[in-house]
Amino acid sequence: MKRGRALGLSLAVCATLACAACGGGAPQGQEPAGGPVTITVNGLPPATDEYNRAVFEENVKAFEARYPDYRIEAKEGFMDPQTFSAKIAGGQLEDVFYVYLTDAQNLIARRQVSDVSPYLADFPVTKAYKPGLMRVFSDDKGKVYGLPDDNYSLGLLYNRALYKKAGLDPDKPPLTWAEVRENAKKLTALGDGVVGYGDYSKSNIGGWHFTAEIYSVGGDVAVKDATGAWKPAFNSDQGRQVLRQLKDMRWTDDTMGKRQLLEYDDLVKLMASAKLGQMVGSTGDLTNTVTRFKATYDDFGMGPIPGGQGTLGGGSGYMFKAGLSPEKIKAGLAWLTFRKNPDRIDADNARAAAKGLPVGLPEPNVWTGDSERKQRAATEKHATVPTKNFAPFAAALGRVPVKLEPPNAQQIYAVLDTAMQKVLTDANADVEALLADAEKQVGQILATVK
Amino acid sequence: MTAVPAHRGRRRGAWLRRNLHAWAFLAAGVACFALFSWYPLVRGIVLSFQQVNFVTDAVWVGWDNFRALFDDPLFFTAWANTLEFTGLALLFGYAVPFVVAVVINEFRHLKGFFRIAVYTPVMLPPIVSVLLWQYFYDPGNGLFNSILTGLGLPASDWTQSPKMAMISLVLVSTWANMGGATIMYLAGLATIPSELYEAAELDGASVRQRVRHVVLPQMRFILLVLLLLQIVATMQVFIEPYQLTGTTNPDTITVLVLVYRYAFTVNNDFGLAAAMSVLLFVVLGAFSAAYLRLTRDKD
Repeated sequence: MKRGRALGLSLAVCATLACAACGGGAPQGQEPAGGPVTITVNGLPPATDEYNRAVFEENVKAFEARYPDYRIEAKEGFMDPQTFSAKIAGGQLEDVFYVYLTDAQNLIARRQVSDVSPYLADFPVTKAYKPGLMRVFSDDKGKVYGLPDDNYSLGLLYNRALYKKAGLDPDKPPLTWAEVRENAKKLTALGDGVVGYGDYSKSNIGGWHFTAEIYSVGGDVAVKDATGAWKPAFNSDQGRQVLRQLKDMRWTDDTMGKRQLLEYDDLVKLMASAKLGQMVGSTGDLTNTVTRFKATYDDFGMGPIPGGQGTLGGGSGYMFKAGLSPEKIKAGLAWLTFRKNPDRIDADNARAAAKGLPVGLPEPNVWTGDSERKQRAATEKHATVPTKNFAPFAAALGRVPVKLEPPNAQQIYAVLDTAMQKVLTDANADVEALLADAEKQVGQILATVK
Repeated sequence: MTAVPAHRGRRRGAWLRRNLHAWAFLAAGVACFALFSWYPLVRGIVLSFQQVNFVTDAVWVGWDNFRALFDDPLFFTAWANTLEFTGLALLFGYAVPFVVAVVINEFRHLKGFFRIAVYTPVMLPPIVSVLLWQYFYDPGNGLFNSILTGLGLPASDWTQSPKMAMISLVLVSTWANMGGATIMYLAGLATIPSELYEAAELDGASVRQRVRHVVLPQMRFILLVLLLLQIVATMQVFIEPYQLTGTTNPDTITVLVLVYRYAFTVNNDFGLAAAMSVLLFVVLGAFSAAYLRLTRDKD
């Protein structure tokens, strides 16, 4: 008996493993003939985010009522670069999936997404998206593979309470890097571990901020030459200025704190705990500071990026999995334009405001023309955050040119991260040598851009 | 074709029946290995010669991925860093557990307590150990700098200093992993016949002499095996540089950190990552074979 049971157990294990290996189940992407078209989408907020999850689920119900031929199968989760390829390989990627703008061009180049351009004419609202954002989801022939959802541009976040304590005017954020440096000295002089200015230098985020900062002083990371080939452009006066001012603040002024190699949450946490005076950041960072680390909007202000000659813009959107049927693409477009639509902003903001949620930040705003005006009106009408704290940033939105990321952005950021690390962790770092070395490496990366 | 005599066939049938459940157990084990070890290994080797996007068919690219590796300036940096880490890890991680084991073995009381104390870090999830040390190393209010400044010594930038970064990683790794090696050494020490110690003690041998003339010769085999295991393990260091110094710090980029960058954070190129992994596999395989051959020949 015991022997038989052991044998049965072993065989069961073998059978289970064999089934697991086969990865059973029906083939992906097939629909029962004649039934409604079902699409899988991600972006469903987690159960802990009760309000947004409820809104999402209500949207799904309303959508399915309006489009009886379409069904939405919503899944939690956003873009996770570490599991993305595994999801594709295992056939688990959602039909319509969330991406950061940074990833869109890579996915298009790797042919992992579907062309949705033939169906856009049926969804006229897609013409109201900012053209710069649509370019991120398009290839060089103008074919479109996704739609924007959120956007940001980088400005200067600062702690108004610390500004007041340091005798600085919280309604007048610094407009130049020299002013940032002076303010950082006054903020650091408050003591009690307060850091005057903070910046990133880990996990590619340092390279991302270097890019924003070189844009802010009129420089560039990569430009096309006369032949149309991409070349590095940061080994320039502007590149030197960015690294030197950071090095000076870190070592000469000692206003950036001893702790470096900081990544995303480090600065956001410092900001929330009133230990950081100023950082380059977006409205999204501000929201993270408030919602995740229990700070209040009243304590913060936001101005345009110092220098003001340009800033880095980014955001997120949704793309369509490769190999989708036209019906699924149409269903996906219907879903995206249903849930993100200028005609709904007023009602959405009213509901969020009634719940006491933050309304009134100058970004995201993915629209242009009439749609943008609707967005602005709805934002002002239902504002729950102190909009005047962010007025300097909002006022500069049209004035400071928003530039997108360079091609192969993550690879370039990884190289530029190193330059940021060196100036922030080595008092003897050689700015010229760092830029020359990075230029050589980025040159190799850009040579692979087709 | 030769006919099998009937009695031999019957014997074989009986033997098979007798061992049927053993075969079934073996099959489960083999299936596990095949699925989770051998298949990924073979798949990795295949992948290293391909360019994949997991949507369309993979493209065979021959040796292109390997050529691209050699064109990457970080390739040599990563190998140099990995060898430096391995060298330092051997210096600390190989010698320290041995000394600790010998010392614990010399205790007459509280042996069990010290065994548990030494082994406890191994039971912590690696990321917890590393995060703990991240606080110790903090150049602002970290534990180590508080101790140093308390003693009137200059503070260090630890993981943030190009000179100290690698040593800082090795210290974490040694602390987190020495428990396993220490326990194995202690087990080895326990197998040494007590008569040998007693004879040495009667001859007036000091602790150092006992270690040299009794412990080392008796533990030669376990020392050699642990040396091999440790080199293979430390060459695959990942979590310490990943968490403490980041994946973009050229002072501490190791082979596996580069593999991670290729696959996930920078290049999104699984072929390139697989090629680097295959190279590490070949290097470690060749080293292990040569090591076993050399040490066997001496026996």
